[in-house]
Amino acid sequence: MSDLRIAVPRGALFSDTLDLLASLGIDTDEVRANDRKLLFEDAGLITMRPSDVPTYVASGAADLGITGKDVLMEQSDRPVYELLDLGYGRCTMVLATIDGPDPAAEALRRLGVMRVATKYPRISAQYFEDTGRQAEIVEVKGSVELAPLTGLAEAIVDLTATGTTLRENGLVVREEIAVATARLIANPVAHKLRAAAIDDLVGRIRAR
Amino acid sequence: MNRPIPSGTRDVLPDEMRELRAITGALHDVFIERGYGEVYTPAIEYEAVVGGHAVDIVGGGYHLFDEHGNVLVLRTDMTVPIARVVGSRYAHAELPLRFCYAAHVYRVVRAQRGHPRELLQAGIELIGSPAAGGTAEVLTVLCAALDAVGLQGYRIGLGDAALIPGLLAALEVPPDAAQRMLAELVTRDFVGLEHEAAEHGVADEVLAAATTRGGPEVLDAAPGPLADALAGLRGVHELLGPELASRVIFDLGLARDLDYYTGAVFEVYDEALGTPLAGGGRYDDLLGRFGRPLPAVGFAINVDRLHVALAGEERGLR
Repeated sequence: MSDLRIAVPRGALFSDTLDLLASLGIDTDEVRANDRKLLFEDAGLITMRPSDVPTYVASGAADLGITGKDVLMEQSDRPVYELLDLGYGRCTMVLATIDGPDPAAEALRRLGVMRVATKYPRISAQYFEDTGRQAEIVEVKGSVELAPLTGLAEAIVDLTATGTTLRENGLVVREEIAVATARLIANPVAHKLRAAAIDDLVGRIRAR
Repeated sequence: MNRPIPSGTRDVLPDEMRELRAITGALHDVFIERGYGEVYTPAIEYEAVVGGHAVDIVGGGYHLFDEHGNVLVLRTDMTVPIARVVGSRYAHAELPLRFCYAAHVYRVVRAQRGHPRELLQAGIELIGSPAAGGTAEVLTVLCAALDAVGLQGYRIGLGDAALIPGLLAALEVPPDAAQRMLAELVTRDFVGLEHEAAEHGVADEVLAAATTRGGPEVLDAAPGPLADALAGLRGVHELLGPELASRVIFDLGLARDLDYYTGAVFEVYDEALGTPLAGGGRYDDLLGRFGRPLPAVGFAINVDRLHVALAGEERGLR
């Protein structure tokens, strides 16, 4: 392998990402065997939360990274190259509310604004601006489904793969905002200084 | 007690200032020695005069009102103010004109990202010296300046701002789609670029050109519609000294985020830094907007990034 350092997302994309890297001849055994260690020097891999991947790649602490399009949309000002749609980790960014008469539409009609809880404040704000609706964005860090159930907000904007968590909490999808899949990203300087190694890797992923 | 200063600004204390001074001093000496006269222009300008020329995709400039209600803007670069100076103070001067500067510029950034709102740039502008010769002179000064401060492992990415637009035109991509593709190129979104290009049946050609990086051999392999722009790059390359020429990485997809570049564009990379530390290019249309249509080329070095790269090289990063 070249001396590329790759940022690998722990969480939902972890296992597919390791499978992809293993198929390219990168030794992922140590990463799979060890869920505390973060830096795997020999394999050239570092592991982290998906939302931290663009941070490491933008700074050059990693040459390449893999993370969801949702993360890239939320951090769209990060200067990184988006090289490939890897296809896996397919999720949909949705607007959801509790089932029955739409409380968000009701709030918008009667109060002029709807309150929307989300982990994605920038995507949400942009979406409501694009669709010409006033929304008060309430940023939460997790368990977004709780917000409409407790009256914190009328609606949520969140990422869903199967819709199971939404359903289990009595929520229904009202609108689909965007589809997100895993993406390969590159540091802008590494993209020039390690062009051959990066192009080789990209070529082999495309050829799979 | 800690009294805050605005995010994205900082105080510079003697240890750092001594090193910064050594850098700007060495850069200044090279610029002067090569015949570039130092200029200083106001930090505030009329928006109506300089506005709309330096659209930085990240944010733009800070605006304020003067006591008469005129809109003022803090300069976002030195290239536009120097173009204004040439138009109004050097309207009939003999060419070429050579200017250098070291000045702070101000840019709107997203809060809490640690990006500077105030940054120190040192650079030159060469006005009235067309195409290959002018570009090669400026690149030569750039490298002499980086050598003078002791930067070792840097490389120059060299491309042409007219290259991809020319290719899209040759492929008969409709102008609005071409605009979207160029926006995706500037934001480095190759997935979006490929998607958009595929809709017009030109994904292979566009992606191949936009991702071509390497030595002079890549110029020979590139497709027909690129011939003119590539001939220009080859012309520049032939005029560079051997050491400098070996530092060049041709990058056909290089797109700088200022909208006034018309021809050759370039950036400086160093292993010790994850972000370009200098950049520039040709802006053959900008001077015309200030009343004296002249070909021009220049660069700006981000002094703080250069300082970080120097320190990184000392520590042996990579």
